[in-house]
Amino acid sequence: MASNASHRARKRALSAAHFIGLFLAMSLICLPGLWIVLNSFRPTVEIMAKPPVWIPNSLNLDHYRAMFGGVGEGGVPVLTYFRNSLIISVTSTLVALLVGMAGGYAFARYRFKGKAALFVGLMATRAVPGVALSLPLFIIMARAGIIDTHFGLILTYVALNVPFTVWLIDGFFRQVPRELAEAAEIDGCTRWQAFWRVEFPVARAGIASAGIFAFLTSWNEYALASQLTRSVNSKTMPVGLLDFTSQFTLNWGGMCALAVLMIIPALVLTFLVQKHLIAGLTFGGVKG
Amino acid sequence: MAQVQLQGIVKAYGALRVVHAIDLDIADGEFVVLVGPSGCGKSTTLRMIAGLEDISGGALRIGDRVVNDLPPRDRNISMVFQNYALYPHMTVRENLGFSLKIAKRAEAEIAKAVTEAAEILSLTPLLERKPGQLSGGQRQRVAMGRAIVRHPDVFLFDEPLSNLDAKLRTQMRVEIKKLHQRLGTTIVYVTHDQVEAMTLADRIVIMRDGRIEQIGTPLEVFETPVNTFVATFIGSPPMNLLAGRIAGGAVELADGTRLPIPPGHGAAEGRAVTFGVRADNIMPVGHALPPTAHMAEVEMEVQLSEPLGTETLLFAMLAGTEVQAKMLNPRPVPLGERLRFQISLDKCHLFDADSGVALRV
Repeated sequence: MASNASHRARKRALSAAHFIGLFLAMSLICLPGLWIVLNSFRPTVEIMAKPPVWIPNSLNLDHYRAMFGGVGEGGVPVLTYFRNSLIISVTSTLVALLVGMAGGYAFARYRFKGKAALFVGLMATRAVPGVALSLPLFIIMARAGIIDTHFGLILTYVALNVPFTVWLIDGFFRQVPRELAEAAEIDGCTRWQAFWRVEFPVARAGIASAGIFAFLTSWNEYALASQLTRSVNSKTMPVGLLDFTSQFTLNWGGMCALAVLMIIPALVLTFLVQKHLIAGLTFGGVKG
Repeated sequence: MAQVQLQGIVKAYGALRVVHAIDLDIADGEFVVLVGPSGCGKSTTLRMIAGLEDISGGALRIGDRVVNDLPPRDRNISMVFQNYALYPHMTVRENLGFSLKIAKRAEAEIAKAVTEAAEILSLTPLLERKPGQLSGGQRQRVAMGRAIVRHPDVFLFDEPLSNLDAKLRTQMRVEIKKLHQRLGTTIVYVTHDQVEAMTLADRIVIMRDGRIEQIGTPLEVFETPVNTFVATFIGSPPMNLLAGRIAGGAVELADGTRLPIPPGHGAAEGRAVTFGVRADNIMPVGHALPPTAHMAEVEMEVQLSEPLGTETLLFAMLAGTEVQAKMLNPRPVPLGERLRFQISLDKCHLFDADSGVALRV
């Protein structure tokens, strides 16, 4: 009896410790986000106040109003930046997914010469920091005349994302038993039909999660975009944040407001596919 | 329905040959079982019939067509896989109807065929479930349902029962046999389990290392194995093999025990031979079947006994070899008891010691 009670007490203490630990970790992750959201609704005085004001006194939409306002009144071309970001991220994600599916499938299913070397090569590209490539990229793109275009950035992001999507999707196709496609072929499918009707739907969750990763990478990328974009032609939202800095001032409130606008689509997308995302990340567990 | 004909079928990966020019004629409506230890090429042969593996040489005919280079979809076959290979994202109904849907049949026709197949395999209450929600036996039945739904020329089974527990396996074995009797479709069935092979097959094909060792009805391969491999592979427990030499018109074992040459067999004086006797044909005196025309007796010491209820399996030593014998109407046998055993020579075999080939005359 005594040992039973002490075990129970220990179990409770452990679960409490778990909870506290999780709470601390989550606070660490969430606080900067909270700070951004709060500051986008607070007057600049309060943001800059010393000592800091923790609990906001007044919340308003001034920063948002100013951001969408005229150029002279602190306005920035938010909608243009948003459109640029959307076009560039969606296109580069789709292309990366298509290439990733083709490549991942080939790596998972076929044997060919130089397969291992090619795979290691693809992974090695991930080891090169993107910023190191910014100057060569800049020169090449400048010569090719695709600086400050959607196309230039899309190309960059596709190159950035393809190795990762190939690697992820390869893993997901590996977990789809070969016999499924074989059964489909015996049931009357062509190789192509077997892929689209059986293998693709079964690996769909994994492919969706690869898509999310690719989209978020493109959506949030700043270092390369800041080099390869010049004007409203192609500036993306992360680069647009710089519009709030001037020689002597930093418009924190405005920056936070734009950042919130950036976060929203990413959050919405993540929620939309979160079922797939979780299923994709725990793929092995869902099959009998 | 169709006959299947393999003529000199070869499978090679580069220089490595895994199936060596095998010939096999399967009659229309016949149930043929390919059996052999793992790596003997039986699954590869089946997959070549299915069109899932390229054929490296020879000709494969289904019906009257050579199908060597036809893709699986054009061979009008269906296959049940070892791991069932059910489409996990489809319900049982969709799984069953998939092949007809691909063939662009009318909705009503698909529904009718699916209902019929589900009826045959008692799957009707499960039609709206996904494969993940089914038990092993149910998945197995869905896999079979998917195979029968479109009335193929040939059914191919690739070790379909090996993922089931022993009891379910026996049950499904009966269902497969009933299914064959009901549909009458040609079946090629691969297994490594000789009991499955014996119980299901019209004819058994025993394979080893990419070659066919023997083709015959279950009783033929059981009663007249062509070599020691078939003799030990078919039948449970495996046939006892005793090394000896022909001396004075009898088989002399290592310790000097003399056994008469089994009727129908013969070998030259002095030849090294192997004497084969199944546990069913070597039984303790007083616990044996009625004697046959030719009998012999040996005395052995019992090392171990396994009571099985209606009979007891005895392990005894003869000339340095462990021999398994059966005891009918069993009584408890203490360890180390010496018993006289009678051997039905009419059911015994003689093989060449080197090649293992049966020495029949």
